[in-house]
Amino acid sequence: MPGKPMPDPSPETRPYWDGLAEGRLMLQRCAECGRIRHYPQPMCPSCHSMAADWVEASGEATVHSWTVAHHPFHAAFRAELPYVLVTADLPEGVRLLAQLRDATAEALRPGRKLRIGFEANEAGLTLPVLRLAGA
Amino acid sequence: MQLANAAAVTGVGDTDYTRDAGGRSVLSLQLEAALKAISDAGIQPRDIDGIVMPSPSSPVVAEELVTNLGIPDLRFSTGTPLGGAGPVAALQCAAAAIAAGICSHVLLTLGRTGRTGQRIGARIQQMPQFRLVGEFEAPSGALAPAQYYAPMARRHMEMFGTTSRQLAEIAVTTRQHAILNGNARMTTPLSIEDHQASRMIADPLRLYDCSLESDGAAAVVVSAADRARDLRRPRVLLAGMAEGHPDSPSAITQRGDMTRLGLAKAAPRAFAMAGVTPADIDVAEIYDCFTYIVLCQIEDLGFCGKGEGGAFVEGGALGLQGRLPVNTHGGLLSQAHIAGMNHVVELVRQLRGEAGRAQVPDAEVGLVTGYGDLGDGTLAIMTRG
Ligand SMILES: [Zn+2]
Repeated sequence: MPGKPMPDPSPETRPYWDGLAEGRLMLQRCAECGRIRHYPQPMCPSCHSMAADWVEASGEATVHSWTVAHHPFHAAFRAELPYVLVTADLPEGVRLLAQLRDATAEALRPGRKLRIGFEANEAGLTLPVLRLAGA
Repeated sequence: MQLANAAAVTGVGDTDYTRDAGGRSVLSLQLEAALKAISDAGIQPRDIDGIVMPSPSSPVVAEELVTNLGIPDLRFSTGTPLGGAGPVAALQCAAAAIAAGICSHVLLTLGRTGRTGQRIGARIQQMPQFRLVGEFEAPSGALAPAQYYAPMARRHMEMFGTTSRQLAEIAVTTRQHAILNGNARMTTPLSIEDHQASRMIADPLRLYDCSLESDGAAAVVVSAADRARDLRRPRVLLAGMAEGHPDSPSAITQRGDMTRLGLAKAAPRAFAMAGVTPADIDVAEIYDCFTYIVLCQIEDLGFCGKGEGGAFVEGGALGLQGRLPVNTHGGLLSQAHIAGMNHVVELVRQLRGEAGRAQVPDAEVGLVTGYGDLGDGTLAIMTRG
């Protein structure tokens, strides 16, 4: 069975993955104008600077949308079905896509408060996960 | 140089649409469709002097068409790498090349062996336009178009109260049209209850919200409008065309308003070029990889306001006697997933009055859309003339 998809980080994206490995969600920030962007990319779309630094996300999030995966598009995820993929708004102005933990989709509404957590998969890759805030 | 009405679709052709083409190559399917389209136009293969390949992921390149068809003097060859928006983008590209005087008869073909080849969902991770979702979303389990698009549909439902039964209306009407077509993969009636009972793929998208991986090919010939007057079939003019790209084109997750597609930017341009409004449209072939994508495009085209698509499609509104006949051939949902090239073929047949049992009476103005690669949108408005 093919394993789960693994990232092949570029120099621009490696700090994101290194951050996750330490249990921190790192977001790329333009060193010139301060705009935070996600997913990581070489250029700031506002001021076109290629200088960037990284800031740690607050860990807060709210529900924007979601889906529940039922069909096994990939054999390595079959055992986890059904799983909930949440699209979450971050107060930093970008969004995060991550699996929901410790709740079902019935609990979700746009704007529902979430907390970002971290979890290593069987291949040792640390990924963000989302939980209901206050739960 | 003016693009409106500079070119016309003069020939259309397609193969049988099947679940499995019995091991035939994509090239052989495309050649069959191409030869039919060229013959339909009343010209010879040697008259073709332009080729636009609407799908970059096709294993067929223009040189193979030249070699097999014996085209002696190809003057224009390019591609439109917009996924399912590619065929309609290719119409605009062909018309622009013709309007610029580069060529006179442009061949567009698209074929696929979706089932016998690799599945679409397995292929997508390797495509460069999906690099961001491949790196940042696939590891969490977002792996296929149904999973990318389902959050758009869910957001629409949460914001506007759109329901799964409304999506079912689209699937049911499209199936009715496929049954009338005679060259469609799905030939048994579908009810709203059948749709509601079908298994969930990626909530809120059920099995019958999803299109059919298929084998087959379709082709069209686009010719200079002045040359088209002398050809075999009634002329179908390319009156208005446009393409539009959504905000955050490479990641739906990061798109400010994920209920707005690239088509919303393209539609006003194409309607203005054609000098018509949505109220003038007699028939619409709307890209339907998923039912929700049809609903969203109906809004982005301006047939109703944002959020009103659910109510718009109710009560058989998209049927032959409805207020907007849509996907009169059965679409990707029930005819075959030929990446929307079959939608182009069907619109031309409708405007010529050749659509058989699914003919919309007196169809004179119609549109065809393309949708692909996470939200790119294309639109062509055609008129009988
Ligand atoms: Zn900047």
